[in-house]
Amino acid sequence: MEQLIAILTEIHDDVDYQSCTTLVDDGVLDSFDIVTLISEISDTFDVTIPPSAIVPENFNSAAALWTLIQELEE
Amino acid sequence: MQTNILEYLEATVQRLPDKPAYCDNAVQLTFRQTADAARAIGSQLLRDGFYKEPVVVFMKKQPAAVAAFYGAVYAGCYYVPLDEEMPQFRISLICDTLGPRAVICDEATEKIMGSIPNFSGRLYRFSEIAASPVDEAALAAVRKKQIDTDPIYIVFTSGSTGVPKGVVACHRSVLDYIEALSDTLGFSESTVFANQTPLYFDACLKELYPTMKFGATTWFVPKQLFMFPTKLVEYLNTHKINTVCWVVSALTMISSFGTLDTIVPQYLHTVAFGSEVFPIRQFRLWRKALPNARFTNLYGPTECTGMSCFYHVEREFADDERIPIGEPFRNTEILLLDANDRVPAAGESGEICIRGTSLTLGYFRQFDKTDEVFVQNPLNHNYPERIYRTGDIGKYNERGELVFLSRKDYQIKHMGHRIELGELDLAASMLDGVRAACAIYDEARSKIVLFYAGSMDKRELGKHLHARLPRYMLPNVIHQLEALPLTPNGKTDRKRLRQLHEEATISP
Repeated sequence: MEQLIAILTEIHDDVDYQSCTTLVDDGVLDSFDIVTLISEISDTFDVTIPPSAIVPENFNSAAALWTLIQELEE
Repeated sequence: MQTNILEYLEATVQRLPDKPAYCDNAVQLTFRQTADAARAIGSQLLRDGFYKEPVVVFMKKQPAAVAAFYGAVYAGCYYVPLDEEMPQFRISLICDTLGPRAVICDEATEKIMGSIPNFSGRLYRFSEIAASPVDEAALAAVRKKQIDTDPIYIVFTSGSTGVPKGVVACHRSVLDYIEALSDTLGFSESTVFANQTPLYFDACLKELYPTMKFGATTWFVPKQLFMFPTKLVEYLNTHKINTVCWVVSALTMISSFGTLDTIVPQYLHTVAFGSEVFPIRQFRLWRKALPNARFTNLYGPTECTGMSCFYHVEREFADDERIPIGEPFRNTEILLLDANDRVPAAGESGEICIRGTSLTLGYFRQFDKTDEVFVQNPLNHNYPERIYRTGDIGKYNERGELVFLSRKDYQIKHMGHRIELGELDLAASMLDGVRAACAIYDEARSKIVLFYAGSMDKRELGKHLHARLPRYMLPNVIHQLEALPLTPNGKTDRKRLRQLHEEATISP
């Protein structure tokens, strides 16, 4: 989780990722951020996020993303 | 000879009155509806005494906004597109430059406009002004006096002093551009565009005007889809989209996730892209998915209306090779000039300068800035001839194709957007609690890095910038320093900042 927060902070370092649950809905992350995020996650955790998992629900919070990463790691 | 862009619309309305022209998920505006609304708007603006002046169109991105653009042109005025996503601070700066007397809004933007402190003009609601009675005689009288060097629109680009510059384009420059672009990309009545770019940039001309010229159709893609590739491709297929002119990052967003292995945009046959380097690996994925489509790289500055050069990608490229920007459009010439304003030797680099009727008129109320970049052709000593100096450095490769190398100054391209880093410096250093600020661009990592000195907290600074700058200009990384390093002659030492950023990135 810490590594994930570090990646997110690198993208925008003025967001409280522990509490925010509307990263997509409130436009905190834009499409370019999502691209960056996915490639960083793939590199860091050595997982491949399939296109079917790239949906708003998985990107609205750091917690949701972390759950996705753990699922993919299994 | 055609001298007015509205002639496109008038000819198409005769032929295809009920065909959808501009569409989104809520509305499909036909050519007749577009023309009727535009003529009503033009008539009302004239009735209220607006003529030969900027008319701001401040609306959410939607088909009706396009009718409002054409309405301003019917009145002999020129439209200035703003968008609900622009921060108020930027709208306010633009109002300072324009001093607009008339603004067309929708329900959502009306309140925002009312709260802009330096705006005191007339506020129209689109739904009302578009239902005004048409005054045929007044519209005809305006048309009779209009000439092809009269302005159509002003779009604002980032300015190095922090003040946005308004580029003024005229009928002739747009006609020249649209004719050349349409020939190059082979648009026709059967073209179905998916528009990606905001309406407040010149990039949307590629869809709006060919749609009007050929009787084609443009779909405005909901912005959120550009975050979710599978849904985006499904959208393209639902609407049988066959042509896209997108920034590279919108295309790579689809390809980089393996989306094209599971779903392919099956109607797509024309893919134009530009504004950024297309990573070759990503490009290959696209070509593999769409072996019969034509891919074209475009290049050009807002100051020359839209795009000036094109390159059809037909050969193989190595992983580290750059796709050339190729050759100029018809009726445009590229000059390369070295530091002494001479033509560099074959294979040597020089500043890309552009010659042609696609040059815009210059910057609104900024004659000095205009004269700095719209200059006499230094190779012509015989009569006045204007060229535009892009500030981009390019060279010809062994095949004689033009290749873009870099920017001359501190203007950068970040995710397809042109940004003057100076504008960011200014926005940050204007805040209480910030003594000095300087932004650099980390090309290798595609990140805007802002350094500042002052008492303000980093997170706080981020919030303030969020309120003042378009989001594509926001820094990705912010470093707080005790003081900004200076060079011996007292300027901010950007080289040192770069080192500091490298050190911080390697060992955080």
